[in-house]
Amino acid sequence: MSARRRRVLLWIATHALAVALALMFLAPVVFMALTALMTDEQALTSDLWPRSWNWANFAAVFDRSLLLRWAGNTLMYAVLGTLFTVVSSVPVAYALARFRFRGRRTAFLVVVTTMMLPPQVVAVPIYLVWARAGLTDTLWPLILPLLLGDAFSIFLLRQFLVTIPRDYTDAAKVDGCSDLRTLLRVVLPMARPAVAAVALFQFFYCWNDYYGPLLYAGVQQDHLTLSLGLATFKAFHSVQWNLTMAATLLVTAPVIVVFFLAQRVFIEGVTLTGVKG
Amino acid sequence: MSFAPTSRRPRGEGLRALLWLSPWLAGVAVFFVYPLLSTVYFSFHRYDMYTLEFAGLDNYRYLLHDPRVGVSARNTLWLVAFMVPATVLFSLALAQLVTRLKAGAGLLRTVFYLPSLVPMTAGTITFVFLLNPGTGPVDHLLSLLGVRGPDWFGDPDWSKPSLTLLSLWGCGQLMVIFMAALLDVPRHLYEAAAIDGAGPWRQFRSVTLPVIAPVLMFALVTNVIYALQYFSQAMVASRVASGVTDSPGSSFSPGYPEESLLTLPQWLFQTGFRDYSMGYACVLALLLFAVSMIFTLILLRQFRGAEAGEGS
Repeated sequence: MSARRRRVLLWIATHALAVALALMFLAPVVFMALTALMTDEQALTSDLWPRSWNWANFAAVFDRSLLLRWAGNTLMYAVLGTLFTVVSSVPVAYALARFRFRGRRTAFLVVVTTMMLPPQVVAVPIYLVWARAGLTDTLWPLILPLLLGDAFSIFLLRQFLVTIPRDYTDAAKVDGCSDLRTLLRVVLPMARPAVAAVALFQFFYCWNDYYGPLLYAGVQQDHLTLSLGLATFKAFHSVQWNLTMAATLLVTAPVIVVFFLAQRVFIEGVTLTGVKG
Repeated sequence: MSFAPTSRRPRGEGLRALLWLSPWLAGVAVFFVYPLLSTVYFSFHRYDMYTLEFAGLDNYRYLLHDPRVGVSARNTLWLVAFMVPATVLFSLALAQLVTRLKAGAGLLRTVFYLPSLVPMTAGTITFVFLLNPGTGPVDHLLSLLGVRGPDWFGDPDWSKPSLTLLSLWGCGQLMVIFMAALLDVPRHLYEAAAIDGAGPWRQFRSVTLPVIAPVLMFALVTNVIYALQYFSQAMVASRVASGVTDSPGSSFSPGYPEESLLTLPQWLFQTGFRDYSMGYACVLALLLFAVSMIFTLILLRQFRGAEAGEGS
């Protein structure tokens, strides 16, 4: 009896705590949305609830900033970046996971090291190279290097590929498959979840990247990305928290929509990064 | 892994592997080895993108006298010492809580995970707004409880804790990793411990902790490395809270308030790409490289166990 009662109390306590925490996690977005709908004046008060619902604030954001232009730039960066990353990283991960050769441990160590190195460490010389090529003030210095592979994606794919039993690729070889055919016909179909996770992660990385665009595209308004544009938005509309929150909501919304469309891929991808290490 | 002597053709495979790896190897050479060597070269020079002048050890000597190196190193160290443990422990506690839920687990897990996907700039601006002194919702709610909130992002003592709150809000990815680790702990171990009379805390210490230790260690070290790179959140928070835009040549002083958010990567960015002291920026880059390498090596030791099981 007392044991059962204790279990019921524990159940209630655990769920109450989780619900309370969940409300705290949701609160920032709720306050963001409520403020986005207030008038300029009300957004400067400590009111929590809008007195009138000003849906026109969202239209005002488009009028007063180059939001669509920024979205276009961001989309180009994210789409090309993702495409280049997948095409270039899959073969590298495949070679690291499947071929036996001297120095493959070293190669893997180099992948982990480049993945862990702060991008700022090598920023100065790389910046100078792109400046000499006349490509600063564009997003190309961020997109083009991805044609040569991305360390994090290689790492994640390789972690997945080593779990595929060798028998499959050996069988393909016995059947006379070339390495390329084995990759395309045998390995890739099995690795679809890992490739999807890598693509999604890279897309989000590019979409949310702030440091890269700040370094290369951070001067003219029409060259900015969403994350960069949003950070300057507040300064240009310094007292208008309502518009700033409306813009923030507009930048956040697509990300949330994509998450609900591809929830499983996200969770699988995250689990892959941490557990199979 | 099984030994497969029939498929062992080391020489042939080596050449083929080299072919497959060659684009990436070119990338490593161009975007890693070359810049690293250049950084060392530039670090002995005065360089403003136009004139390059040999400076010997001047840049290194200046490092010892630059007050902002001390400030930014201390700020970065604060993040390593407080923000990282807070985030890791909070994620673990949250994962522990979520795995125990029976009703609504899926929904609650989604709620905890979602903020980690909110674009960093958007999340940071939102937190500056939430914690805005006087008019922000958090101060309003605190005042209902009779508490007067601090100046959050305007007070140098509170700016880093405020960013830590942001980091706790975005802990979803880490939480998912810990959830997967917790679900891997064999259930019968808990049953055995319970029979031996172990309470919840004892079970956590004697059963859970040893099993998830590798994942915990992995999470700690990767987060330390990310803390060493901490840049965007601090920069956006400074910018938005101070209300000043940053652009090349502007007089924006980084790290508002009172350089409390000036991290090492930010000071490097400021010297290199705003003040154009690129030689000195390279010295700062090498400092960052040295510290990051130490933690990367610790991380690599973590991999050794996983690698050994695979049989090379």
